[in-house]
Amino acid sequence: MNKDVTIAAPAQSIVDRYAGLSADAWRWLGALALIALAVVLPFGLSTYHVFELTMVMIYAIAVLGLNILTGYNGQISLGHGGFFAIGAYTTAILMSRYGVPYWATLPPAALICFVLGVLFGLPALRFEGPYLALVTLAMAVATPQVLKYFDTWTGGQQGINLVKPSPPPGIPIDRDRWLYFVALVVLLLAIRIAANMLHGRTGRAWVAIRDHPIAAAAMGIDTARYKTLAFGTSTLFTGVAGALSAIVIGFVAPESFTLFLSLSFLVGSAIGGIATIGGAIVGGFFIQFVPNLANDISDAAPAAVYGVAMLLFMYAMPHGVVGTLESLLVRSVRQIQMRRPNLGGIDEDCKGRKS
Amino acid sequence: MHQFSQQIFSGIAAGAIYASLALALVMIYRATELVNFAQGEMAMFSTYIAWSLVNGGVPFWAAFVITLVVSFLGGMAIERVLVRPVESASVLAAVIVTLALGLIFNSLAGWFYTYTVQDFRSPFPDRPLLGALITSQDLGVIGVTLVMLLLLFTFFRFTKTGLAMRAAAQNPESARLCGIPVGRMLAIGWGLAATIGATAGIMVAPVLFLDPYMMSGVLLYAFAGALLGGITSPVGAVIGGLIVGVTENLVGTYLIPTQLKLTLALVLIILVLMFRPNGLFGTAIVRRV
Repeated sequence: MNKDVTIAAPAQSIVDRYAGLSADAWRWLGALALIALAVVLPFGLSTYHVFELTMVMIYAIAVLGLNILTGYNGQISLGHGGFFAIGAYTTAILMSRYGVPYWATLPPAALICFVLGVLFGLPALRFEGPYLALVTLAMAVATPQVLKYFDTWTGGQQGINLVKPSPPPGIPIDRDRWLYFVALVVLLLAIRIAANMLHGRTGRAWVAIRDHPIAAAAMGIDTARYKTLAFGTSTLFTGVAGALSAIVIGFVAPESFTLFLSLSFLVGSAIGGIATIGGAIVGGFFIQFVPNLANDISDAAPAAVYGVAMLLFMYAMPHGVVGTLESLLVRSVRQIQMRRPNLGGIDEDCKGRKS
Repeated sequence: MHQFSQQIFSGIAAGAIYASLALALVMIYRATELVNFAQGEMAMFSTYIAWSLVNGGVPFWAAFVITLVVSFLGGMAIERVLVRPVESASVLAAVIVTLALGLIFNSLAGWFYTYTVQDFRSPFPDRPLLGALITSQDLGVIGVTLVMLLLLFTFFRFTKTGLAMRAAAQNPESARLCGIPVGRMLAIGWGLAATIGATAGIMVAPVLFLDPYMMSGVLLYAFAGALLGGITSPVGAVIGGLIVGVTENLVGTYLIPTQLKLTLALVLIILVLMFRPNGLFGTAIVRRV
């Protein structure tokens, strides 16, 4: 079904060692450098920019959730804004009504979104391809209405105001920087969990179901179980992102969770690379900054930019930024290998493994 | 009882709109096997064209015809340029492209005509008929839809192009071997769908008022109608659209508050897909391995 969405082969399958270090070591080094940068960065930026970067990370978690479902499992969802809203409202209601501390609202938000995702995933087993897109589209459109209607819980049109949490005593940074680090920790955790799932048995089952459901079932993969699991995992990630957004923004209202939000996740996912993990971060940057920039031109510009970006990426770069970069990297590493066959010592291998 | 019959009639009028849009969706689905998420926005944009023509002094029915022609050509152009490359690609690519198309039309409308809600004057005299059972607006909508359906039926049943289009939709390979230009037939399919959508948009605009988000709710109900009738069946789409229209009006009047109308569409879609995924008149899609 998804012929043109494939995962770029990881670099390590092509090159064993480069400049004395294994590909795995290079990856860890790169990741550590990025994390170090992320830790230092907030101290050189204004509070507002720190807030913006926090939102980038939150969107990245949400897009990562969508990538698991749509990119790796092939189930199209246009309704993840709805699950983002459920996460946000769970946190908001727990904090404002029951005085639960902010950090303690994340597990219940995750749990609720996981359970709802599994429940939604059960009927979704019967909806293939465009039908699932349709159902989730309807869900995204209906979300603000439902939120407004149950106003005893959700505060209706006015929404719910929250007090921004302070850092624990003894940590000498301001609220926004503290929340930045909270989001960073959650993002890193989310990436780690996603990578473990996707690179293991579960991930292989998801990809097999995406690429050929019938063959996957014939090989003994319990498609129903893995598809609902993908749905639950995906909505869990997105729900946690929603919960974080409620804490960081300190406010939830129905109009923040329109169809546009769901489409934002899809656009971010497509631009970053729908079947990648790193693409989620690119997607987060896109969602946070591009519509705002476009808004300066005209009210209509954000939607136009989204539309045009979706078309351009579908035609020119169907694997997204990260997917394309990965395959470029693999290709250039391979070329270096070809030029100096003794270094890698895998030239025989390479010929037989044209991926 | 009087209110009940009134609701039935206005349900049929609303259903006629849903039926038209559902028919447009089914046409595109039969021809290219993709669900056109941009159908509503395309119809909305066509309606804006008609609105600006009428505002420019063109008589209503002339503006109506011009809009239909422009929509037809526009629909063909969209198929040729944007949809053709993803026709054989994945479902995801097709969904993304039609969504993108919808977003672009929405923003173009906002750009050219602003997001202010516009009044779209009804072409039908404002007069209640049959003892206030039905407004002339509703009767007009039903009439125009009937005429359109009749024309479409005649076209597909009695013309050579109609036959060729049915062949192209049913079996593209064999049709191509018979010398039918399948690509052109698909483009005509998109053109016709855009025309049908434009009719629906112009008919519904006096009731809903015109703004770039006018069709988003209508599209959901049209989806529900198309699925209920069976997304492969044109007759089913019309009947499904009518059933959805009447249901929406009755349930909206007697059972649930209007704020939850869109949720009703969601529930309808889910129920149909769960209990009758092929719809009332659709055929099961058989997949060969």
